[in-house]
Amino acid sequence: MTASLVIFFVLATVTVLAAISLIVQRHPIHGALSLIVVMVALAGLYLLMGAEFVAAVQIIVYGGAIMVLFVFVIMLLNAEEEERTNFSKLATYAGVPLALAVAGFIAAAIARSSGSLPAADPSGALTSTKTLSTLLFSDFVYPFELTSFLILVAILGAIVLAQREN
Amino acid sequence: MVPTNYYLILSAILFGLGIVAFVFKRNIITIFMAIELMLNAVNLAFVAFSQSLGKTDGEVFVLFVIVVAAAEAAVGLGIIILTARNRRSLNVERVDLLKL
Repeated sequence: MTASLVIFFVLATVTVLAAISLIVQRHPIHGALSLIVVMVALAGLYLLMGAEFVAAVQIIVYGGAIMVLFVFVIMLLNAEEEERTNFSKLATYAGVPLALAVAGFIAAAIARSSGSLPAADPSGALTSTKTLSTLLFSDFVYPFELTSFLILVAILGAIVLAQREN
Repeated sequence: MVPTNYYLILSAILFGLGIVAFVFKRNIITIFMAIELMLNAVNLAFVAFSQSLGKTDGEVFVLFVIVVAAAEAAVGLGIIILTARNRRSLNVERVDLLKL
């Protein structure tokens, strides 16, 4: 068992346990902290694959900006523990079978089709960021510019939604 | 070297857990976090394919997904604040005006 395989299994275990913790915890702030653990562990997995720029963006944008926004809103709204309600019978009976079916379907598709995929090669890591930026500003420059419009619209939408009506 | 299938199976497991959280949780903020979890699972699959095939396109898609997730979080949390202000509750089952 090589070192990278050991690191993978440690990080994968942390990720899955933290994701389960998101489901089990009843207080939203505990769920948010679990999700931060998931994101940091995923950044470790990206590093393991040699995608170091994506790993940095994952920590800065997801772990930093987005999750701070979540925690801020949870505290702003003074969110309390989830109350137990039994309004939806459908979720109780169909939830787990649905999730198992979707995960099993994805896993079966993976097992059937990708047996020939080569393993992720972290040796090209140093050139990866350079390639990524070249690609982003040449082939994907129009989508990249469109994302700036998307963010602008999101800012306007958030301001319009959050302001108090007079 | 970690086989690419391991990453893809981990991604499928995370996506399934995201669905479970989405269906079972009653708190609107937690449901929103479940969506973020599913987006993260998809990102993991993207990076795994990208590194496995030796192409960087998948990582560019991950950056776009992160941008969309950030925009979605900004607008979605604005909607959540409005809902909480109007309905005085974060429970999705108390937001049922459209229900017959």
